[in-house]
Amino acid sequence: MTTGENTQAPAPTSALSCKGLVKRYGDVAAVSGLDLAVRYGECFGLLGPNGAGKTTAVEIFEGLRVPDAGEVEVLGGRWRGDGVALRARLGIQLQETKFPDKLRVSEVVTLFRSFYPRGLAVEDVLSLVGLEEKAGAHVRTLSGGQKQRLSLGCALVGDPELLFLDEPTTGLDPQSRRQTWEIVEGLKTRGRTVLLTTHYMEEAARLCDRVAVVDHGKVIALGTPRELIASLGAEHVVEFAVGDGASATIEDSILRALPSVEDVARDGGSWRLTVREVHRAVPALLTALAEQGAEPTALSTHHATLEDVFMTLTGRRLRDG
Amino acid sequence: MAERTIAYRVRGPLDELTRARIRELTREPEAVFWVFVFPIVLAAILGLAFRSQPPEALPVAVVTGPHADARRAALSSGSDLEVSVLSEREAAQALARGRVVLVVSAGDTPSYAYDPTQPESRAARLAVDAALQRSAGRADAFTAGRDEVTEPGARYVDFLVPGLLGMNLMGTGMWGIGFSLVVARNGNLLKRLVAAPVRRSHLLGAQLTSRLIFLIPEAGALLLFAYFALGVPLRGSLLLLIGISLLGALAFSGLGLLTAARPRTIEGVSGIMNLVMVPMWIFSGIFFSTERFPASMQPFVQALPLTALNDALRGVMLEGTGLVPLLPEIALLAAWGAVSFVLALKIFRWQ
Ligand SMILES: Nc1ncnc2c1ncn2[C@@H]1O[C@H](COP(=O)(O)OP(=O)(O)OP(=O)(O)O)[C@@H](O)[C@H]1O
Ligand SMILES: [Mg+2]
Repeated sequence: MTTGENTQAPAPTSALSCKGLVKRYGDVAAVSGLDLAVRYGECFGLLGPNGAGKTTAVEIFEGLRVPDAGEVEVLGGRWRGDGVALRARLGIQLQETKFPDKLRVSEVVTLFRSFYPRGLAVEDVLSLVGLEEKAGAHVRTLSGGQKQRLSLGCALVGDPELLFLDEPTTGLDPQSRRQTWEIVEGLKTRGRTVLLTTHYMEEAARLCDRVAVVDHGKVIALGTPRELIASLGAEHVVEFAVGDGASATIEDSILRALPSVEDVARDGGSWRLTVREVHRAVPALLTALAEQGAEPTALSTHHATLEDVFMTLTGRRLRDG
Repeated sequence: MAERTIAYRVRGPLDELTRARIRELTREPEAVFWVFVFPIVLAAILGLAFRSQPPEALPVAVVTGPHADARRAALSSGSDLEVSVLSEREAAQALARGRVVLVVSAGDTPSYAYDPTQPESRAARLAVDAALQRSAGRADAFTAGRDEVTEPGARYVDFLVPGLLGMNLMGTGMWGIGFSLVVARNGNLLKRLVAAPVRRSHLLGAQLTSRLIFLIPEAGALLLFAYFALGVPLRGSLLLLIGISLLGALAFSGLGLLTAARPRTIEGVSGIMNLVMVPMWIFSGIFFSTERFPASMQPFVQALPLTALNDALRGVMLEGTGLVPLLPEIALLAAWGAVSFVLALKIFRWQ
């Protein structure tokens, strides 16, 4: 019999923690030395590009994969056997689940509700995820986004203390995405703990109290979204490009010397400057380019985001394209 | 209309899992066809094709020559033979193509060309020889009396129906369980179920329970049709027939579970299923008796679970055999079921 409920032990400080987690697949280290602690009642985000190891890590937390090394503690318990007692307190949405095509939406939710000793009423779950209209529809006839919400509903049906969401909004339209965000925010106000993975920085920034940026199976930055952006040392990003002929003449050192510029990153014929004040940096940049005889072919500025944090840390974009 | 507030009833996990499985199956028109309609259609068609017919005259040829007419007359006196007179070349050709089963040569002392491996050829030889000898003056020592019997229970369709039932129990058990498990594994549904607080014994138990519930209409439809429409007898105990069907369904569910224990794809599981089932389609006496296989193959043939199931079903239905003489078959089936079940649980891939 397996249970994570340590009733006598002092209340654990973390809803979830892991130390030195490693999982390899052949030569690929999907997770290589992950340490995390998720506090009770917080929404914690794992942000990282494709193949960063987010799903692998989350499924180890969920007791669905066995790590090669390291330890995991979930709600004060460890994974042993099938962990039915611990699972009754968790809500799990996998990155992808194909529910039986021929079942109706309400039947799927009812099925999952039957697994939990306590939880929400089926009709409440349906309205929570906005599928009341589709209650009688076969799963086969749902759109991708509706299936995603059904999967979210099945994760919520046991009214979990700790909810795992693996890319809950991938493939959703903006409206459904906002709806999902509201559900997560509602859970937060009820003191539930949420661990979600995403590669949408705006999602992480809006929902997460803290974010771990993950790359190659490791945490490369950890903090509140605000802290992470502040770590860039500047709040704005200026991106520009010049024509092929001119690009060779521009030295990074010239750009670095411009007023208010904190960081310079070059990718072929285009540059990213991290700057404190746009109104001082841009005129100086244009003057400098004119002196080099280079005409900018593109120029844009934006507020720094988690994406810029990731690019500054790795030199790559979070999402391809 | 009032505000709709449908309150959904939630039953226990095993109950809900079983219901989900049954809904899935009954909402699949193909499954309904293969499980319920196909065996009945097959029994009806094969019953029709192999219905008992008045005995047909055996076609024989006489080669042209001085004795041809006399021989034709002698052979045509009874109704057992259908005689044609052909040139030597035509006769040889007709024999080779199977249009006649025996050729009488033109010589003064006739010789018979026939294929002794064919029962019809052998029968024709006896009839032709007797007729020619008689016309040449041989007297019968006595005339035996005739007592013609065609008994229900000895027809091909009677032989066929228990075999079809066995085949169906095998197919539904293996496909019904194997397919749905692999689809669930492939679509991460199995993993999602494992991630929920549900016992694995419930997940598999629901598969078995729904399988056994399905057995009732499945075996019922075929047996009722066979009994009332085709006149196939049930000579033994109905209870024993039900028990054996139940055991067969369970044994093949175990095998289905075993074949589906590892594969991640439909292609993978289909390959293994065919590897397991095709030999039994051929060797387990569905369409013809297992006695046709040489003695050297019998240990293999008799060890197959479907052979045991078919033998037991035929025993109860056609021969009225009781429980005790069927114990070896029952033990073999139970052993197959138990071993594959235990093995399946050991190697089962839950995600
Ligand atoms: N079962 C497996 N067998 C082999 N390799 C695997 C397996 N699972 C994951 N990997 C590898 O481990 C690495 C991390 O994969 P993972 O699915 O954890 O990434 P992810 O961060 O969730 O990516 P995505 O954003 O695309 O979902 C990848 O290189 C992947 O190919
Ligand atoms: Mg993933």
